Amino acid sequence: MILVIDLCYRENSLSRAEFVGPVAGILRGVGAVPIVRHYTAVSAPDLEAADGVILCGTALKDRGFMEGPERFGWLRVFGRPVLGISSGMLPIVATFDIGIEPCPGIGMTDIQVISPDPLFAGKEIFAAYELHEFAVQVTDRFVPLAVSDRCTQALRHCSLPIYALLFHPEVRNEWIIERFFDLTESD
Amino acid sequence: MNTETTMRLGVLFSGGKDSLFACWKAMQHEEVACLITVISRNPESYMFHTPNIHLAGLQAEAAGLPLVEAETAGEKETELLDLRRALLEARDRFGIEGVVTGAILSVYQASRVQRLCHDLDLWCFNPLWHTDQEAYMEDLIGAGFRVIITGVFSCPFDASWLGREIDHRALNELRGAARKYRITLTGEGGEFETFVVDAPFFSRRIAIEEASKVYRNHNGVLHIERAGLVER
Repeated sequence: MILVIDLCYRENSLSRAEFVGPVAGILRGVGAVPIVRHYTAVSAPDLEAADGVILCGTALKDRGFMEGPERFGWLRVFGRPVLGISSGMLPIVATFDIGIEPCPGIGMTDIQVISPDPLFAGKEIFAAYELHEFAVQVTDRFVPLAVSDRCTQALRHCSLPIYALLFHPEVRNEWIIERFFDLTESD
Repeated sequence: MNTETTMRLGVLFSGGKDSLFACWKAMQHEEVACLITVISRNPESYMFHTPNIHLAGLQAEAAGLPLVEAETAGEKETELLDLRRALLEARDRFGIEGVVTGAILSVYQASRVQRLCHDLDLWCFNPLWHTDQEAYMEDLIGAGFRVIITGVFSCPFDASWLGREIDHRALNELRGAARKYRITLTGEGGEFETFVVDAPFFSRRIAIEEASKVYRNHNGVLHIERAGLVER
């Protein structure tokens, strides 16, 4: 089971169909069983039952989920694959003390893969949709996997299967979510 | 933002099914304070052109919502300045905190609206974004929207499609066309345009009193010349 965490401003919000629905739909399309939970309702049994977790993105102005970053402390010990999408990488960033800096990006951008990883195997460059206000700073605890001309677009924890993407893979790059599901199957 | 209170939103409104369905979705979660329409004089505009946009006021009246209208010459980037002007007017007059669009797949349209909202410190909502198009069309009919086709711009549509209501039978034919001709079920690729004559939140429906068709070689438009509101 893949736990899909909705980080939007309210449970069953107007943003849910935009940021959570497409991700859950892609997972269903490859035979996965996504369970969607709002971030305020994630329980210990939810996490125990999950083979992997996806932290979905939010609207640009939506940052309420970061008012209590300690609720994402489970990221340190979860041990199974995690994928943070756009603002869904903020809980990862906060948990592992990575700095961020202002870097707005809206629209399509070219992404260049710079480090080998199963998530991007066989890809060198691809176009992706970005919708973000920040970029992450480079740290030795995370390996930069892909970049655009302005910032790091994909990171992986140096020892845990935790991925953080600045762009939105559910738009034009569904294959990334499908590969993430494969990782949860093989993990 | 206080998540316990509803937001006041403006809906970008073309009169077609996607913007009205997005409006209905927004009404289920937040408060729709106004509709916002940009009327383009350029028939080639990617952002705003749609047949029968002149009837947006009648649809707004049916919905009981105020309408903010802005005209644009429809040139590629200056039309965004006209949309910005309309959003500012909606913010000043109706206190909107966010904007709703009916974008489904168009990154071109969605990213331009996202940038404007970002510049104006407004929320941006796209409740149909990458929706399951099959489920959406079923929901549209099931919820009581009455939608007619007012423009066709692709094979296999002939003139008989102009003015035709999208009911279950028409949807079945659209499914067949989508499979055979690789068009989108929703017309998102510009294959057809629609006009909503009734919606679950309309107090009255729109009756078309006079219309004319212009059609040639899989391209055609239904011009609604006269229409009024009648009891449902």
